[in-house]
Amino acid sequence: MADTAAVHQFVDKLKASNPAWVDEVIDSLGEVSIVVSRESIVDVCRTLKEDHNFDLLADLCGADRGPEEDPRFVVNYHLFSTKHFNRLRVKVRVSEDDAKIHTVSHIWRTADWHERETYDLFGVVFENHPDLRRILLPSDFDGHALRKDYPLRGYEPYSMN
Amino acid sequence: MGLENKLVESLPEVLTVKLDAVVNWARKSSLWPATFGLACCAIEMMNTVSSRNDLSRFGAETFRASPRQADVMIVSGRVSRKMAPVLRRIYDQMPEPKWVISMGACATSGGVFDNYAIVQGVDKVVPVDVYVPGCPPRPEMLVHAITMLQDKIMKESMRDRQDTYEAESRVSVVPGTLPVTEGTALERETEIEVAQKQVPRPYTVPSRHERRRSS
Repeated sequence: MADTAAVHQFVDKLKASNPAWVDEVIDSLGEVSIVVSRESIVDVCRTLKEDHNFDLLADLCGADRGPEEDPRFVVNYHLFSTKHFNRLRVKVRVSEDDAKIHTVSHIWRTADWHERETYDLFGVVFENHPDLRRILLPSDFDGHALRKDYPLRGYEPYSMN
Repeated sequence: MGLENKLVESLPEVLTVKLDAVVNWARKSSLWPATFGLACCAIEMMNTVSSRNDLSRFGAETFRASPRQADVMIVSGRVSRKMAPVLRRIYDQMPEPKWVISMGACATSGGVFDNYAIVQGVDKVVPVDVYVPGCPPRPEMLVHAITMLQDKIMKESMRDRQDTYEAESRVSVVPGTLPVTEGTALERETEIEVAQKQVPRPYTVPSRHERRRSS
């Protein structure tokens, strides 16, 4: 199992700068994840990038935990540093009724298309995004395809069955 | 072609019988498929024109990248719902006479991809002349489909195949837009925009060729 002590240093530094930022720390399978509240995600991301050299947003994706769960959605930020080569995952839990989160595309430009994909497939709205529209599915698509309650064959007339 | 249409109109019975045979023979002997590979079936389609199978024995080896120069569209692979309007546009850009071969299980019926992303049979988008089963079909099966299409062409009449000179088929082509799926919210928005701003409709109308088949 990989040694995660180096990554925990950054988590501790983050806690030291503002204890309210980190809700939970998950250390599993040699990977470190921190759970962050929706309100502080932009500040956490900016601190991680500017003060702790996490300069690469390797991936930004959504996850649907199922329609019976609350909060239903999770937005994952996979960070990597090209300076000290550590990886850190940031999770934000979002409820279905208020599936909104502030964009981080002004921090990492690559988040632009990743957030469009997450909006396209899960229906999570990224506020203040420069161009939030569908990216993979056709523009006239009805619904969000990767939600657990989306029917496999789609809705009429889109399914064309 | 202008001459044949005038001949058909002026001498409907006498001349067309023999001219049909000559024209059909010419058409079937040099089919020009459009280069339109969609998925793994396209690999078999490329193999069909390679040295081992040599589709040029049947006069159909000249694949064209431009639909304006093509006669046959070989739909080789699964058609995603996002690809369907593009496929339809390419079909509309092909001049008459034109034929469609649906190659493989996915293009014919959706195949194993029975989901929201894949069109369940390309015949929902364009009229199909020959269906080829298989996943993917062997090159010999595609060669067989070409020869079946040639047999079908020999039974056609020139009266079935005329270019659509109607104004609507020209208006339908708006650069930079794609057809809109019927019955969706985007279509209703588009209709409102068409009515308010007096802009042409972005989606294409069915050609005379298709209307003839559906009626």
